[in-house]
Amino acid sequence: MKKAVIIGVGMTPAGEHWKTPLRDLAVEALLNAMDDANIDKVDSLYVGNMISGSFVEQENLGALIADWAGLGHIPAVKIEAACASGGAAVQEGAKAVMSGLEDVVAVIGVEKMTDAWPSDATRYLAYAADAEWELFHGASFVALNALVMRYYMHTYGYTEEDLALFAVNAHINGAKNPYAMFKKPIKVETVLKSPYIADPVKLFDASPVCDGAAAVIVTTPEKAKELGIPKEKWVEVAGMGRAIDTINLANRKDLLTLKAAKVAAERAYKMSGVDVKDIDLFEIHDAFTIMAALSLEAIGAAERGKGAELAKEGQIAVDGDYPIQTMGGLKARGHPVGATGVYQTVEAALQLRGEAPNQVPDAEIALTQNIGGTGSNITVTILRRV
Amino acid sequence: MPNMQVSRFWRHFKEKYRLVGSKCKKCGKIHFPPRQVCNECGSREMEEIQLSGRGKVISWTIVRNPPSGFEYYKPYPLALIELEEGPIVLAQLTDVDPEEITFGMEVEMVTRKIREFNEDGIILYGYKFRPPIK
Repeated sequence: MKKAVIIGVGMTPAGEHWKTPLRDLAVEALLNAMDDANIDKVDSLYVGNMISGSFVEQENLGALIADWAGLGHIPAVKIEAACASGGAAVQEGAKAVMSGLEDVVAVIGVEKMTDAWPSDATRYLAYAADAEWELFHGASFVALNALVMRYYMHTYGYTEEDLALFAVNAHINGAKNPYAMFKKPIKVETVLKSPYIADPVKLFDASPVCDGAAAVIVTTPEKAKELGIPKEKWVEVAGMGRAIDTINLANRKDLLTLKAAKVAAERAYKMSGVDVKDIDLFEIHDAFTIMAALSLEAIGAAERGKGAELAKEGQIAVDGDYPIQTMGGLKARGHPVGATGVYQTVEAALQLRGEAPNQVPDAEIALTQNIGGTGSNITVTILRRV
Repeated sequence: MPNMQVSRFWRHFKEKYRLVGSKCKKCGKIHFPPRQVCNECGSREMEEIQLSGRGKVISWTIVRNPPSGFEYYKPYPLALIELEEGPIVLAQLTDVDPEEITFGMEVEMVTRKIREFNEDGIILYGYKFRPPIK
């Protein structure tokens, strides 16, 4: 098996792009990544996208984006794994390179959400849950996360204030990221005073609906050398794992364990030979504050029930032992669902290249974790400076 | 939603009106909704089981920003209910003051309207749960 390295990254700001259609967002991020790598063609394209068919009545994104980016008759497909589509697309791109079948691969994540009426957006997002047994009963994604959050607080004795710390940390970091949707630091009170959208989830526990696109260029070290890409720009895709869990939250064996993240992380650790203690920063899937806590537990950064403890101890800050959401995470950067996993990859790569606005000193290894559904489809990827 | 989708809801009458689940003949695990393959032991030998409809609330929320189609009913309580037989079911709570919902509260299944579509559209019915009538 060959090795895969990221040699170029690009993104658009996450936010409300009223004037820009999906294809232009995608092409902008893609061309930025190609310019960063200083290349003008790729062998294939993988598009992470959750639900463009519902949001903008457009599917077949592989053809659309490759066509509009002028990439010629290359193979191009969309990869879908709900909100983990971006993370899955990065892994599929890396796999293509590792297999030796494709030399230079572009991976893009894109989502255009603001064209939909808010309650329709809420409905479309819930398509990633169980249509017959969850959405049928009026469950939104927020509501499903709220059920988990209440149970978590009750089981371990945490308060809404404790979980709010994850949102506060995300906003502190997002404030320094020019690509973030929200660039204002917030306080715990900001979270606590925000309205309930599904109790106990408040508006500021939740990541925002927005538009955005991010892209990476992946190739082998041999090809990167041949292309003359300076080594300082290489970021190795050192480990990958992906796993599913029951589509229906109620069917989980343990409501408070993201089993899919646990399995995916174990696979990624094994492949990379990396231990959680070796990792310098974590871009995890904080679509809701509760998911940040559960994710830290599932990837082994905290014991069961201790995820929120890390936030209370200040360990999740950029200068802590387990820095998370160094560029704002889903909460402050924004969560253009199918693009999120690629944003995380770009942000982690910038950290490892030493080019991040909230630079973690001498960062060598990063982990990205991308959740689809209520934990039903999860990717974990380990990136390493070369 | 077009009326051609009627069959989509009719085909689940048994589960949604009567709470019929499946029981694995090999390991005995009870599933709701019913499955073709047991997710515990992998067996394909399943039989139908009529669930009692009695259970207790293990978590709940109040849906204030519902998916489109449910705006008319907001806010509504949604809960995870652990049935006597073991499976956990997601459903709305009804006939209860949201302030009175507690962990472990006993509930029973009732058949209620879930939602209506447009004026000439279908009406969806299904299970909800309420505190038992003593």
